[in-house]
Order: sequence, then structure tokens, then C-alpha cells
Amino acid sequence: MSLIDLANPSRFLRFAGRAMPWLAALTAILMLAGLYQVLMAPDDYQMGAVVKIMFIHVPNAWLAMFVWGVMSIAALGTLVWRHPLADVAAKAAAPIGAAFTFLALITGSLWGRPMWGTYWEWDARLTSVLILFLMYLGIMTLWRAVDDPSRAARAAAILTLVGAINLPIIKFSVDWWNTLHQPASVIRIGGPTIHASLLLPLLTMAVAFSLLFLTLHLAAMRNEILRRRVRTLQLMQAATA
Amino acid sequence: MNLGQHAFFIVTAYAAVVIVVALLIGWVIADHRRQHNILRKLEAGGVQRRSARQAAASS
Amino acid sequence: MTPLAAVIRRDLLVALRVGGGALIGVLFFLSVVVLIPSAIGPDLPLLKRIGPAILWLGAMLASLLTLDRLFTADHDDGTLDLIVMSRTPLELTCLAKALAHWIASSIPLIVATPVLALMLNLDAAATLGVILTLVAGTPALTLTGMIGAALSVTLRRGGLLLPVLVLPLSIPTLIFGVVASNAAASGQPLFGAPLSILVALSLFALVVGPLAAAASLRQGLD
Repeated sequence: MSLIDLANPSRFLRFAGRAMPWLAALTAILMLAGLYQVLMAPDDYQMGAVVKIMFIHVPNAWLAMFVWGVMSIAALGTLVWRHPLADVAAKAAAPIGAAFTFLALITGSLWGRPMWGTYWEWDARLTSVLILFLMYLGIMTLWRAVDDPSRAARAAAILTLVGAINLPIIKFSVDWWNTLHQPASVIRIGGPTIHASLLLPLLTMAVAFSLLFLTLHLAAMRNEILRRRVRTLQLMQAATA
Repeated sequence: MNLGQHAFFIVTAYAAVVIVVALLIGWVIADHRRQHNILRKLEAGGVQRRSARQAAASS
Repeated sequence: MTPLAAVIRRDLLVALRVGGGALIGVLFFLSVVVLIPSAIGPDLPLLKRIGPAILWLGAMLASLLTLDRLFTADHDDGTLDLIVMSRTPLELTCLAKALAHWIASSIPLIVATPVLALMLNLDAAATLGVILTLVAGTPALTLTGMIGAALSVTLRRGGLLLPVLVLPLSIPTLIFGVVASNAAASGQPLFGAPLSILVALSLFALVVGPLAAAASLRQGLD
């Protein structure tokens, strides 16, 4: 069964119903494994135990951006290829992406307080993630502002793509603003600069959170298809009444 | 486990993640139940989708 | 007269006559510039330091306020449907409307800036910097705002949605506008770089704005 077969909503519903228990179980296993690794992880010699926040902050921040990427691909699916499930995928992803962005901000803020002494700072990364959060809220508002789902889909698709263009611009512009006004507080994370004992839990949690997104997204897509069926039936009922 | 002097922040961060993820899972499950119930009631009332009718007719 | 020139002329006439769309923007600009020092208090050195930011915020909010009328009047009397159906490419028509809107709404703001800068205790260099950056940056504000206006014009409660959609898109312009103004005010030699980025943002919006707005209008009206 190829990917295009999933385009049929009924077939997708059956696929989602079968896949979800497995995905949920896999997510739970990886989360537990990740949490175990987090517990066993050593303290950072500079930060101390606070480094443990990194294991939930970084996956959420990464997913916040990734989900907008998923929505952008779905937007292309709606506008260019008219893929029937693209609308559903886009609408279902938005609240989940907003939640991950919110968590990225919260965990980042809680990490910042012991690290920098402040809950918030208007530096490059924080501001661009905050703007990303605003864009998620804007998209969700737009979805709910139009009654007809397929029209809402096209409007949301355009805004998603414009937002996708805007994200690197925002990151770049806030970087510029930051270098001219205050020194950047850069969290130096990545690749070889992080020791394996901290890298492994981070990667496990990253995979676990990605699976969590996949599971939630499939479930939300399923709900959205059901919601549209409800709407169709209600319209039919109202028409024949 | 010794979380050091900043234990409050670590615990709060993890708690926030647990709460929000739990809310997400709860929302997805509750929404599913709600749509399922409404669909059942509508289909019990005799309303059927065009494709469901065609599938029933052709089977 | 070509269709595009006719659109520009018509929009300009409507804006300059009915309800004073231009003047309302300037009045709102004035209100913002009065409100902020009222909240902060008569701290002149502080106002001088954040003056460019206040002016940019005021200009941005004022232009946001007037964005609503970019498409609404045409949508209400059915002209928008004719425009979308006409042979002139919709992207060019959007561009023409944006030009008219910029002339009618943003130029009065720029003209009002020196007076308001005086109230904020800004010196000549700072004022000139703000004016220059407004000239470079308000096209970006108008063109990206047009995207939001096009998305929300066909919605019933669209007026409230417009700022929510437009603000995140306009933040880079605001940031670079203020950075460039501050650089000009303090005489830093770094003024050229943020100003060119501001111009780049406007040029970028010049392409993306009409494209996205036209796509939004088409999907909204069919």
C-alpha cells in the first residue's frame, strides 16, 4: 500500500486506528528509557543538575520549528497538489506545535533563571521563538475564523507559507538587533561540544518527543476527519429537515 | 537524587512538560470520544454520508 | 488611462476624501506618541533615548489601523469581485492598491514625524534617521500588511484577525527600523547596514506581498 492510498480518508482512518496503539506504546517506552537516562546522567561541571532541563527543553524547541515545517509541507499539499488529507494534517498539527513552542518557552525560561539570573531576556533565540508562538496562535485563530474547512485550509496554507519564509528572517533580524544592543547569551549546544553522557539522553528524548508528536498528530488527524464527517452529516440533516 | 540548589526549577520544568503533554493527550482522547458519539447519534438517526451509502449499495 | 493607474487614482481619491483615512492614521500616530510619554513620565533623557522606538511603534500601529480599509470598501460594494475577475493580473492590482495606500497613509505619517520627534526631544540626526528609515520601511509594513488584509477581508469577523496575523510578520521591519534609527541618532557608522536590510525587507515584501495577497483574495472570493 503506497502513500497515495492513504489519501482516502476512510483508509487513513483504518490505518491510524491500527497504527496508534503501537505508536503510543513505542512513545511510552522511549520516554521511559529517556527519563531513566536523564536520571542517570551526570551533572554538568558548570551548570550542575540544571543541565537536566536541557533534555526536555531542546527537544521541545526543535519540535516547535519542525512542526511548522510539517505544516508548510501540508500547506504545499493543499495549494499545489490538492492532496485531500493535507488540510487535515495542517489543522491537526497547529495546536500540537503551539503546545511544544509554549513548553520550549517555559522550560527555557526556567532554565534561564538559574543560568542567567533572569526568567526572560530579549535575545535572539527567545524572541524568535516567542514570535513563532504568536504565529501559531494566529494560524489557529485563522482556522477557526472560517466556517468552511476547505476554504479555511487555503487561507491557512498561504499564511503558513508566508510564516515559513518569515522564520529565518525573524531569527536573522533578531540576531542583528541583539548584536547591536546587548551581547548574545548563546547556549552552546551541539555536536562534539557535548559529552556522550549528556548527548545520549538528549537524543533519546528527542526521538521520544518526535514519536509523541507523530502519535498525537495521527490521533488529531483522525479526530479532524471525524469532525468533518459530523459537519457533513449535520449539514445534510439540516438540509432535509 | 540530589538535584542541587536549583531543584525547584528542574522539577517545575519537568512538571510543566508532564502537565501540557497530559493535557494534549487528554484533548485528543476526549475529542475522539465526542466526535464518535455525535457520529453514532447522527447515523442512528438515519443520516448517511454519500460514500457510505454507495458502499452499502454496492456491497 | 491604464487600468492600474485608474485603480491608484481611485484609491487615492477615496482615501483622501471619505472619512479622512490619511488623517485618522496621523491622529492615531499622535495619540501613541502622546500616550507613551504620559505613561513613562517627563523623563526627557529617557524619551530621547527611546524616541526612535516610540516613533516607529506609533507609525507601525497607525499603519496597521488603516490597513483594514485596503480591501474592505471594495469588498463591500462588489468591486473586489470585479477586480479579481478582470484581465489585469491580480498581483499587479494588489501592488497598485498598496502603492495608493502607502501614498495616502504612510506619507502623512512621515510628514508628521518631525513634529512628533520634537515632542520627544530628538535632535536633527535622530529625526532624520527616523524619517529615512520610515521611508525605507513603511513599504514593507504596507505590503506585508496587505497579506493580512487580503486574508481577513472575506471573513465576517476579519477585522479583529488582521492585527493578529500581521504583527508577527512585521516584527523584523520594526526591529531593523529601530536599529537603523538608533544608529543614525548616535552617529554610529553602522547606519548603512541595517538601513540596507530594511530596504531589502521592503523589496522582499514587494515580491511576496502581492503574490500572497492575490492568492488570498482568490481563495477567499471563490
